Amino acid sequence: MYKILVKQQLAPSVQLFEVEAPLIAKKAKPGQFVILRVNDQGERIPLTIADFNREKGSVTLIFQEVGASTVELGRLQQGEFLLDLVGPLGKPTHIEKFGTVVCVGGGIGIAPVYPIARGLKEAGNEVISIIGARSEDILIYEEEMAAVSDELIITTDDGSKGIKALVTQPLKELLDSDKTISLVVAIGPVIMMKFVAETTRPYGVPTVVSLNPIMVDGTGMCGGCRVSVGQENKFACVDGPEFDAHKVDFESLMARQRMYKPHEKQHSEYIAGKREEGCKCHSH
Amino acid sequence: MSLSLNKNPMPEQEPKVRAKNFAEVSLGYTEELAKAEAARCLQCKAAPCRKGCPVQVDIPAFIKEVKEGNMDVAIAKIKEVNSLPAVCGRVCPQEEQCEKYCVLAKRGEAVGIGRLERYVADTARNKGESIAAIDYAPDAQKVAVIGSGPAGLAVAGDLAKKGYKVTIFEALHLPGGVLMYGIPEFRLPKDEVVQVEINNLRKLGVEIVVNAVIGSTFTVDELMEEEGFDAVFIGTGAGLPYFMGVPGENLNGVYSANEFLTRCNLMKAYRFPECGTPIHVGKKVAVVGGGNVAMDGARTALRLGADRSYIVYRRSEAELPARLEEIHHAKEEGIDFQFLTAPTAVIGNKDGWVTGLQCVRMELGEPDASGRRRPIEIPNSEFVLEVDTVIIAIGQGPNPLVQSTTKGLDTNKKGNIAAHEETGVTSKPGVFAGGDIVTGAATVILAMGAGKKAAAAIDSYLQDKKAK
Repeated sequence: MYKILVKQQLAPSVQLFEVEAPLIAKKAKPGQFVILRVNDQGERIPLTIADFNREKGSVTLIFQEVGASTVELGRLQQGEFLLDLVGPLGKPTHIEKFGTVVCVGGGIGIAPVYPIARGLKEAGNEVISIIGARSEDILIYEEEMAAVSDELIITTDDGSKGIKALVTQPLKELLDSDKTISLVVAIGPVIMMKFVAETTRPYGVPTVVSLNPIMVDGTGMCGGCRVSVGQENKFACVDGPEFDAHKVDFESLMARQRMYKPHEKQHSEYIAGKREEGCKCHSH
Repeated sequence: MSLSLNKNPMPEQEPKVRAKNFAEVSLGYTEELAKAEAARCLQCKAAPCRKGCPVQVDIPAFIKEVKEGNMDVAIAKIKEVNSLPAVCGRVCPQEEQCEKYCVLAKRGEAVGIGRLERYVADTARNKGESIAAIDYAPDAQKVAVIGSGPAGLAVAGDLAKKGYKVTIFEALHLPGGVLMYGIPEFRLPKDEVVQVEINNLRKLGVEIVVNAVIGSTFTVDELMEEEGFDAVFIGTGAGLPYFMGVPGENLNGVYSANEFLTRCNLMKAYRFPECGTPIHVGKKVAVVGGGNVAMDGARTALRLGADRSYIVYRRSEAELPARLEEIHHAKEEGIDFQFLTAPTAVIGNKDGWVTGLQCVRMELGEPDASGRRRPIEIPNSEFVLEVDTVIIAIGQGPNPLVQSTTKGLDTNKKGNIAAHEETGVTSKPGVFAGGDIVTGAATVILAMGAGKKAAAAIDSYLQDKKAK
């Protein structure tokens, strides 16, 4: 059992959990992920590690309540426990001194970009970060990103904060500027990562994306997270989660993300029904 | 009373009924049937059956006790060497092992050794076994076991009984390995059988740490240098699924058998949405492959509601590697076997979902390296099997995680750990390995056999180490 030391609402339906997990905290590196279960009936939920504190023995997880399983996760309170937590899984981000790097985070993807930006900054890189969200109220980790970036650019779809643009617009401007960009790291919705890849491709700037496809075990056993990278099938859980963005088949990845859409609706309805039943019992 | 040439039949659920539920197919012998079957045993002095058993259970001795109704003695006889009899009684390929050598098999059917083993184990379990915790010496040496599948459980059981403090590390959230994620509930009940047998090991004092990925959470070197383990056994199994390498394998609706079975068995997707893990089945399912895993996949698909469940196998029925009993059960349940058929592509629609499996018909040519006749494509025989789901059950390789993170541990060119067949000794001092991670995908009992041999070798290694 893994205790939730801190629970914090970062934005509507976006939660932060700091979880007691000394063994994972001891080993965690930027770019890696964990898998957790809320209860005995629960799915195995993969989440990229947003931060870790070796002294305190904790890892920070940030998630958006999008389906029944993450909604259930979000109902856990500070002081309560996760049933299962395993990790760190996957390969860490390759960090070295590249020169000037651009870290792009979209929506909930800003959270896993943060430890990578910090790692790159600590390694002596000039870090320019671009973080984007639909609107200001769901923009997370602005201060944290500012603290580890030499320059922070904010974009929102509706212009409520920063530039009214997609993350690719300031990225393209950077690529067109006199700066030599040595690396772009992008984490966010698959469609965003795809457009980041298309933006950097003509410039030949190495671009890394972190993928979070559907997976079960997270140790290379099921192959559910397979993704086509340069015509070759890779398992995101053990070969990734980070890959060369210019080689990823994003179309196939997006199709695979839709595999359980009907199931998600059914599961949400079931959980909602169960909760209603529970409420009725309590009202007596 | 004349000796029956036939085994007493196993009571089973009706095929039509069981193909729609996840309850166990075989119901187990009654006391009457068990005694009658035990009476068929000739109690041969030479006991040829024992040489077919990878762990050398004293078969005539336990059967004699069954015949005489001494069930406590019978279970004790089995457990001397086999700590998981309820599992082995259900999933061992007895027809290729103990029963193959039974004298009766020369004239009729062998004694139902597996069925009797299962009966003895189930009877003991239902009665409630009292297992005394081992009194460990204060300076007992510590052994780490990586992987809680059949090999790891066998090592742990044997070493605990010898007084070693054993800790099993399991990457998943429940122990049991393939017994939990691979073999379906309807062949091997999880809560009633597997977890009970594993809990018996816990009662002996074996510690089981779940959610621990060795190679990440800890490395083997850390276990030995920092965590104080005197020896390590690696039994991480054959966990890496192979795909066919044909076009369309990443379409929605294509599963590795590992994923399909893990979703259903470990994650209990058959109870979705009560259990949160979903599974896609559709109306028609094709399972590619001919082994036990393929049979499990096809039969699971039926139970999840498929109208049609095909086995697509490139050789003929005679070459099917699955156990006869599994093939027989699959046929009874209405699995549609497409023999001499090889997939060439998975066909999908514009939304990325499977609509069919493109195949060619094959014929058998000259024997190949495996001694089986090589399948050869028949020209212009291409056709499409209309299906919604494709499950690929063509085998598994070794998961590289432990090997790639352990200094000085040699592997062969397939990526399996190089270990001595009789002892499990690897290239790294104090590190032993056995089961599928060494041999490639095989059976539960062979992995247990390897575990037992490794346990003996670890015992003598640790005695030597202590003496120094």
